[in-house]
Amino acid sequence: MSMSADDEGAPDRDGVERAGARLAPDPKGAGGKAQGGLSLHVPEPEFRPGDTPDFSDVPIPKAGSVRKPPIDVDEADIHDLAYSIIRVLNREGEAVGEWADMLTDGELIQGLRDMLRVRAFDARMLMAQRQGKTSFYMQALGEEAIACAFRKALKPGDMNFPTYRQQGLLLSTDYPMVDMMNQIYSNGADPLRGRQLPIMYSSKRHGFFTISGNLATQFVQAVGWAMASAIRGDDKIAAGWIGDGSTAENDFHSALVFASTYRAPVVLNIVNNQWAISTFQGIARGGAATFAARGLGFGVPSLRVDGNDYLAVYAVSKWAIDRARSNLGPTLIEFVTYRAGAHSTSDDPSGYRPKQESAKWPLGDPVERLKNHLIAKGVWSEERHVQAAAEIESEVVQAEKQAERHGTLHSGDKPPAREMFEDVYAETPPHLIRQRQEAGY
Amino acid sequence: MARMTMIEAVRSAMDVSMGRDDSVVVYGEDVGYFGGVFRCTQGLQQKYGKARCFDSPINESGIIGTAIGMAVHGMRPCVEIQFADYMFPGYDQLTQEAARIRYRSNGDFTVPMTVRMPTGGGIFGGQTHSQSPEALFAHVCGLKTVIPSNPYDAKGLLIASIEDDDPVIFLEPKRLYNGPFDGHHDRPITPWKNHELGEVPEEYYRIPLGKAAVRREGNDVTILTYGTMVHVALAAAEETGIDAEIIDLRTILPLDFDAIEESVRKTGRCVIVNEATKTCGFAAELMSIVAETCFYHLEAPIRRVTGWDTPYPHSQEWEYFPGPKRVGAALLDVMEAA
Ligand SMILES: Cc1ncc(C[n+]2csc(CCOP(=O)(O)OP(=O)(O)O)c2C)c(N)n1
Ligand SMILES: [Mg+2]
Repeated sequence: MSMSADDEGAPDRDGVERAGARLAPDPKGAGGKAQGGLSLHVPEPEFRPGDTPDFSDVPIPKAGSVRKPPIDVDEADIHDLAYSIIRVLNREGEAVGEWADMLTDGELIQGLRDMLRVRAFDARMLMAQRQGKTSFYMQALGEEAIACAFRKALKPGDMNFPTYRQQGLLLSTDYPMVDMMNQIYSNGADPLRGRQLPIMYSSKRHGFFTISGNLATQFVQAVGWAMASAIRGDDKIAAGWIGDGSTAENDFHSALVFASTYRAPVVLNIVNNQWAISTFQGIARGGAATFAARGLGFGVPSLRVDGNDYLAVYAVSKWAIDRARSNLGPTLIEFVTYRAGAHSTSDDPSGYRPKQESAKWPLGDPVERLKNHLIAKGVWSEERHVQAAAEIESEVVQAEKQAERHGTLHSGDKPPAREMFEDVYAETPPHLIRQRQEAGY
Repeated sequence: MARMTMIEAVRSAMDVSMGRDDSVVVYGEDVGYFGGVFRCTQGLQQKYGKARCFDSPINESGIIGTAIGMAVHGMRPCVEIQFADYMFPGYDQLTQEAARIRYRSNGDFTVPMTVRMPTGGGIFGGQTHSQSPEALFAHVCGLKTVIPSNPYDAKGLLIASIEDDDPVIFLEPKRLYNGPFDGHHDRPITPWKNHELGEVPEEYYRIPLGKAAVRREGNDVTILTYGTMVHVALAAAEETGIDAEIIDLRTILPLDFDAIEESVRKTGRCVIVNEATKTCGFAAELMSIVAETCFYHLEAPIRRVTGWDTPYPHSQEWEYFPGPKRVGAALLDVMEAA
């Protein structure tokens, strides 16, 4: 599939990309007509709208096939883990291999409920945005296992530096769902007082650092937070989060160099959901085989894991978190997943990828996979699943009703405009007091 | 002539420039296959190939740094930063490098590069999709800064920017992409197709950098403004019935001193409007210039209307945005001053 006549169509080393275009004739003033043989390589995804996606050539290691090293392993001995995919759940829904058996049945059922909660919450808020109750929304559809399972491996007092797609870090704790909705609606009860774009939550008490719209900035901040733990000699660790596309930012590399130099107690998480708005992951990855491999040059242990496998996500997260807490330093994790929904409510993916791509994605759906595992184990059933989904749906509907009593973006209660001038500084300086008065508040 | 939105006009400028000169290349985040999140580059990759219009990694200093490298190698890159709010990782490359390469090499190397970015608020974008950082560019020696207020100007100015031999920051007021927004957010949206400046030649033309335009002639007070605020000022003049002369600066650097001085000397009063925050905003520079050059012609203190010195809030957008009511109040104020 080619968009331009000059696409040469040669498969790349990993068979996933197409070679790019040849450079146009040498520009005027730069020596006249091109004479050499140079050409510009622009990576291109394998499938575009109209193509039939086929991932059968994407190598997916068998569940249970990747070994589990001790947490004090020498980084040089596990380079292969940056190129593989750690998986626990096999096609039959069994948990297999050295990374299995880390969670009780009760914990797994809770994990399933957490993911269902994220999914139901997302669906409801997406609809609320369409109904005009807010300006914007972003789902984590298909990626629920990552934040939900990672959260369970942390301890109280640890700190996440999330992106906008880790609502699961809050929804798998006791953070009130209604407060998330209040934030999304920018209503009178919004804990962030209408100041932030919907979904840019913040909660220190729940280990959730305030979200920034500026990509990647949080990744290096997580390292600094972890360095502070080390300086003070406490036992708290940090987790940085970043998307595949955003690993291209300078701050990603800054995070790795600081984490590496100071052996900071931090887990650096890359959520590779294959897309960055319309741009496929090959544009950020370039010639590297994997994102995890980025860590190797920094001497940071780097692992790649099936992000749609709740058990694998938990096991690898726990391994990395234990390492950090044992003063063994940072770990880089690449969670391999797929962004099943649009980038945001401002986006329509039908313009840049085939509609069926999500369904064809070879790692399946995280909710279905955990559900099948629990059913295979005999501790869950279709009926219990339907019942759990219904309970969660009614919880979400109740929370929405409660939130709406405090208003939505364009109706009902909203934070007073006067508050716009507060919290710019600890103490409001004179120029802002004057401006507030001029504004009439 | 064709009817164009500001998006189409910007696209047409790049299309015409790429067609005339194969040293013009266009890239940025989501710019290639998809044609940009605001669709400004739609179709350019199909037309000119992937080597001349392509997606970049998400790295603004990389976008600007590579554009500098290409520019010093004879190309004319026209790159996109997805939102002006996201140019900050590239600010070092822009201000410490692009801006000074001609000077430090005594003209041996030059940077004929254009950096396009959507600017301004009014779309409920919150603090990271709404900022107006023009003063941060105008403050830097060696950069030019352009801010069109309509499709016709956008095309002519963008072509002139691409052809300029120095780095140009081209700020596109995103609230104007689809229509001439006058600040009345509660009224139906007016599209460009009903506006005379939505009529745009399909072919090549240039509007020189450094020339202001008079949007409304008047005798009582001069309003100096640019971008979205041109339309807000027009509404304010209309609604207050004050005979304001509205100067659309179009480029804030180079600046059209003659147009400013001529108008302020005629009216004897001056109100300056920018959407950006107040302290050290470009309005402050304009006030200084008017005070320095027109002091003896002034009949009232100069007033400025700006955004507040707070991050751009999400839900209090319209309390933040300097709309026609605030501009109107400033007009009445300078008219009452003895
Ligand atoms: C510094 C900066 N540049 C650009 C953007 C615009 N932007 C927002 S999200 C996004 C894509 C990010 O993709 P990825 O990192 O893969 O995360 P995902 O959305 O897939 O979770 C872009 C380009 C931004 N928010 N900040
Ligand atoms: Mg992504």
